[in-house]
Amino acid sequence: MTLARWLAAIWVSKVLIGFSHWARRGGSSFPGRVARRLCPQVLTRLARQLRWGGIVVSGTNGKTTTSLLLANMLAASGMKVVHNRTGANLTAGVTAAFVQACSWTGRLDADVAVLECDEAALAGVAREVRPLAGVVTNFFRDQLDRYGELEAMVTKVGSGLAEVSHQGFVVLNADDPAVAGLAQQLAARPVFYGLDDPACAGVGAGEVSDARRCRACGGRLQYKVFYFAHLGLYYCPHCGAERPRPGITVTRRESLGPGGSRLEFAAPSGGLGASLALPGLYNAYNALAAVACALTMGVAADTVAWALANSASSFGRMEPVVVGGRTVILALIKNPAGCNEVLRTILEGTGDRYLLIAINDLTADGTDVSWLWDVEFEELADMAHRLPLVVASGRRGEDMAVRLKYAGLSPAAIVVENRLGDAVQLALEQVPEGGTLHVLPTYTAMLELRRILNDRGYGRRFWEV
Amino acid sequence: MDITICHLYPDFMNLYGDRGNIIALQRRASWHGLHPRVVPISVGEEYDLRSCDIIFMGGGQDREQRAIARDFDDRYRVMNEAVQDRVAVLAICGAYQLLGRYYRTAAGEKLNGLGLLDSWTDAGAPRLVGNVVVESRLDGTRRTLVGFENHGGRTYLGPAAAPLGRVLAGHGNNGVDGQEGAVQGTIIGTYLHGALLPKNPWLADYLLGQALIRRGARHQLGALDDTLEVSAHQAAIRRARG
Repeated sequence: MTLARWLAAIWVSKVLIGFSHWARRGGSSFPGRVARRLCPQVLTRLARQLRWGGIVVSGTNGKTTTSLLLANMLAASGMKVVHNRTGANLTAGVTAAFVQACSWTGRLDADVAVLECDEAALAGVAREVRPLAGVVTNFFRDQLDRYGELEAMVTKVGSGLAEVSHQGFVVLNADDPAVAGLAQQLAARPVFYGLDDPACAGVGAGEVSDARRCRACGGRLQYKVFYFAHLGLYYCPHCGAERPRPGITVTRRESLGPGGSRLEFAAPSGGLGASLALPGLYNAYNALAAVACALTMGVAADTVAWALANSASSFGRMEPVVVGGRTVILALIKNPAGCNEVLRTILEGTGDRYLLIAINDLTADGTDVSWLWDVEFEELADMAHRLPLVVASGRRGEDMAVRLKYAGLSPAAIVVENRLGDAVQLALEQVPEGGTLHVLPTYTAMLELRRILNDRGYGRRFWEV
Repeated sequence: MDITICHLYPDFMNLYGDRGNIIALQRRASWHGLHPRVVPISVGEEYDLRSCDIIFMGGGQDREQRAIARDFDDRYRVMNEAVQDRVAVLAICGAYQLLGRYYRTAAGEKLNGLGLLDSWTDAGAPRLVGNVVVESRLDGTRRTLVGFENHGGRTYLGPAAAPLGRVLAGHGNNGVDGQEGAVQGTIIGTYLHGALLPKNPWLADYLLGQALIRRGARHQLGALDDTLEVSAHQAAIRRARG
């Protein structure tokens, strides 16, 4: 009976995965759900076969990019890696990744699993997988209507990380007070990473008060340096708590514009330098998180550097597609901190910028669009002379248009077109030959855009990325 | 003419885009030919609230609410004086709760509010989350307000407070009596985020108008081109009722 259920779970699920690929619909959680229904222990039994163990990657922003970079580094070091690479980061998606990787008899020939986990799903995944390592990127205000409050989310992630074996380690962002505070409740050893380059200092969080409270005493944190949002060199003037000293750091970041950056890392095992083909300071943080985890696992520095330099952009994050002699760059936006960084990256340099911002309010996007008012769209207004036209689209395109108007853009420079296909067409008509259209979609708008571009014969199918 | 907007605790009480309300008041005041000035006031900063025209305060998580509770309590006298002096107040979510008589936590602990609104709040489950449409007659005509609510607390009104409006879609104060928000004197409290004012430009103008009346100003607010705002308002209604 047990064997029958086990095989049935794997066979049915594998067939469904194959079917969803054939139907050109990636990222479905359905096969994983079916497998779990047929055999509730399927994930535990598959994960147990990993020769090294599992790594869970979580946090509000950058977990897809971080886990992709980490998976590439581990693969480059010769390990066989299981990875839920389509961004299916709930328990069902993680299960599907394992089912896909195992044989028809349920045998898994793999060393390590790099598992991107949604913050709410982490605890459940960790209980079943019993990970040997964890990585946490940051906690920005993100889709709080799903979780209630940021505090509750941090607590949830903390309880998930408590499942990481005491023989293992958890890689934490020292520059984010809420992430660094997780070190208190771990059985595993904390490994801190952080930025150590004063040239990266930014403007800070403004009035957005995400996580700038002292974890120990509740007082308001002071910052010696802000890198971005609430990430930086903080200390508490009330109780003396401060940012832990990170063992693995970025000591120098040189921006290469929208093309990426050159990074220098310092670690106890020695330094390394690498170019990263992903733009923005936020991606430097993602790379740093992956580097910290790989180095702690003993991967050689030159292997890590090679993998960084050769990692294509993770699905949908600043991924270029060429359409009729024009480049379309998709950059996922989902919360203020991430969106601010995307805007900053797009506006780097000179010349006109063509923008399409697509806001949906489905469950996967977050049904509350009020976060748009915490984004510094005022920075666009400062550059209004470089923005011939901004197209606002998606189910809440009107909300976006109002936000842009109140940011200071002229209503004459804003066009609302709710239908994404028409919006892309309209925006592309404005872009000169050889020019670039920057598209900033929320999650479901990104999936829809990708489908539209695929149907018109452009772009890659996303399970191939 | 100068208009002074006091933003209370911008660093603590500012959840779900609440600062959009300040942006809206500022922009619309300028478009109406007024000269807006925003004064941010946080914990420990003294300020005579009678010297401003509009007081705004947003929502906060439990942690933030606790951080300002003491300071806010100390401001009872100046706050009361300002309200007696007919300074307009807009309080969203957590701030709305704190202006009432008390908030009773899930553990049964009773936290005192300022009592400037005849209202009280009990913690409840589940959280009331989603798009909201409210019908309001605040300015004498039948208007709609749109926004997004996300609160665990259930708020009830006593006889001295009137509801801001009647819920057409969503939960409102407590999900039971069909009421949303509270109005008492010059104070308006509501659970609606969105941000509220940009998508409900009539309410922003109502607050600016109240400020002008209090000052005895002759300045009349003219009509602005609100095409985008009204489209967003209508889209929000469709979304909530869809």
